[in-house]
Amino acid sequence: MTKVEINEELCKGCGLCINFCPSKVLNYADYTNNKGYHPAKLINPEKCTGCTSCYLVCPDCCFEIYR
Amino acid sequence: MKKVIVKPKVLHNIPWHYCPGCTHGIVHRLIAEVIDEMDLQKDAVGVASVGCSCFNYDYFDIDMSAAAHGRAPAVATGIKRVQPGRLVFTYQGDGDLCAIGTAEAIHAAVRGENITIIFYNNGIYGMTGGQMAPTSLPDMKTTTSPYGRNVQETGFPIKMTEMLALQEGCVYAERTKVSNPASINKTKKAIRKAFELQLSRAGFTIVEILGTCPTNWGLDPLQAIKWMEEKLEKQYPTGILKNSKGDSVICDKK
Amino acid sequence: MEQVLLKGSEAIAEGAVLAGCRFFFGYPITPQNEIPEYFARRLPQVNGTFLQAESEIAAINMVYGAGGTGARVMTSSSSPGMSLKQEGISYLSCAEVPCVIVSIMRGGPGLGAIQGAQPDYFQAVKGGGHGDYKNIVLAPSTVQEAADLTYQAFDLADKYRNPVIILGDGILAQMMEPIVLPNEKQDFPEKNWALNLDKNRPRNVISSSYPIVEELEKVIIRLNQKAEIMKGEVRWDTLQVEDADYIIVAYGTSARIAKAVVRQAREIGIKLGLLRPITLWPFPYDAIYSLVPQVKAFFALEMSTGQMIEDVKIAIGRERPVYHIGRYGGVIPRVNETLEKITAVAKG
Repeated sequence: MTKVEINEELCKGCGLCINFCPSKVLNYADYTNNKGYHPAKLINPEKCTGCTSCYLVCPDCCFEIYR
Repeated sequence: MKKVIVKPKVLHNIPWHYCPGCTHGIVHRLIAEVIDEMDLQKDAVGVASVGCSCFNYDYFDIDMSAAAHGRAPAVATGIKRVQPGRLVFTYQGDGDLCAIGTAEAIHAAVRGENITIIFYNNGIYGMTGGQMAPTSLPDMKTTTSPYGRNVQETGFPIKMTEMLALQEGCVYAERTKVSNPASINKTKKAIRKAFELQLSRAGFTIVEILGTCPTNWGLDPLQAIKWMEEKLEKQYPTGILKNSKGDSVICDKK
Repeated sequence: MEQVLLKGSEAIAEGAVLAGCRFFFGYPITPQNEIPEYFARRLPQVNGTFLQAESEIAAINMVYGAGGTGARVMTSSSSPGMSLKQEGISYLSCAEVPCVIVSIMRGGPGLGAIQGAQPDYFQAVKGGGHGDYKNIVLAPSTVQEAADLTYQAFDLADKYRNPVIILGDGILAQMMEPIVLPNEKQDFPEKNWALNLDKNRPRNVISSSYPIVEELEKVIIRLNQKAEIMKGEVRWDTLQVEDADYIIVAYGTSARIAKAVVRQAREIGIKLGLLRPITLWPFPYDAIYSLVPQVKAFFALEMSTGQMIEDVKIAIGRERPVYHIGRYGGVIPRVNETLEKITAVAKG
């Protein structure tokens, strides 16, 4: 059982996490954060395996992962 | 549930000024993770340089010294000579290290100065607006090579880490990239190896990290990663260029 | 007190060692090579570090690194080398890193000549690097003063968290005189701002980077307020000014010549006195201005085409004439030719 939290205000919507997530858990949010970016958002959280790929490729340290 | 992956405590919890998708942030995090894991927060001194990474003295929660353009290895030398027991590293881009700071870097390696250079290479000047760097690829379009880098006029991409590796005082030189989870983990290992060698007082260490500059390359973050692997890495093959005291230099590892 | 016979360069270096300087970074250039050579011999004896850098630029930035840890640190150079150090001096001043920088002037501009001269007054006093900053500039005139002022320079640097420049010339650096050395310093100030080895302090940053202009403006205002306080360090010396009709203003080696000129002028009935600035920044404006009521004319003797004379003119305004006397490029002004020029004015 894993849980991923995204700090949406730090996110710049670069999409690297979305691309590198092997389970397609993430996508862009349809809303924007205070900086005007569409942050990454969990769309299929139940599919998350806790592989930490999102954390690894995120250039802005937006992810925290719980097990 | 327990937090298993969190932002390293050596990083201040503030937003970074980097453009979306710029991989500087990944490298910052890797350095911070290594400092955390080696429990060196109070023993580390970072030397910031001039370029896109010039504000990272605000990002790392460790002692920092902000150097003039290209002079970070000299500043690091001054710190290390007073405090030989501390971990002293510079964080330099390709403009800072390979153009204006060539002499300081080479002579730090020549002296076997017991410091680590973290060298972020994206083949362009980012902060000043995408000008040609010594690392820019042949025919690469930049704001100061608008028709593409003409090697007849402006020379070929500099082989900086190879030059540093050639010096006897350099004990470890590796080129890595941050383009996917595997290469990011590999880069972290290289940083850790360099830091461990430094703490064992082995000599000069450098980790060159190929990164992106989506904004000045005119590519989106994913295209930039692809371009880095297809073009930049072709010019600058990843791999270990020098390892441990006196081992042979393996330049141009395929 | 035991006297020792030392060169000016050696006195500077030993004065630094006795002041607790244990780190020296430099690059060879004539006529100051005896300073790094002395440190190369001396510092290993006191667990210090001498490092010959790859350039003056690297050396001054090593000073930035080492000074930022709180260590007492020094570099030295001569005119062309000092030009290269200006970038680092600007950064040191803004980041408020205390250090001592010795500038042994020679003939310039360009490669010039290696003989002693005084053409780098502006560079040292008016800020050779970019930006608004001020450094204390001390100008020794004897070998004794070379040791003493260097010794005191480290305390001034720490007191104000500011670079201090010793401005000498090739003649002073090469001459030998018997001197009494100061006692070895034992007590040093705490530096809670430094990247020191205290693990219980918050992290520190040594930086001259202030990307938000309002913050930079605040820093500049604070540095300027500090400069106002540093003006209290003004020092000068006088010789026979009490009854003087004419005053010669000279510093460093020129002041030595001026002393002989004063003596000979008095022998031929010209009441000449000497005012010798010891600090070139802060400049003794008030001391010079106070002489205006009694003095008919001022002379500025310097081994340049006229740099310090501008500060003499600032001091007295247009109330009295100020005449420049000097030789250039490493040629030493002679006592008789200096006296001739003064006599020409005095006798009308």
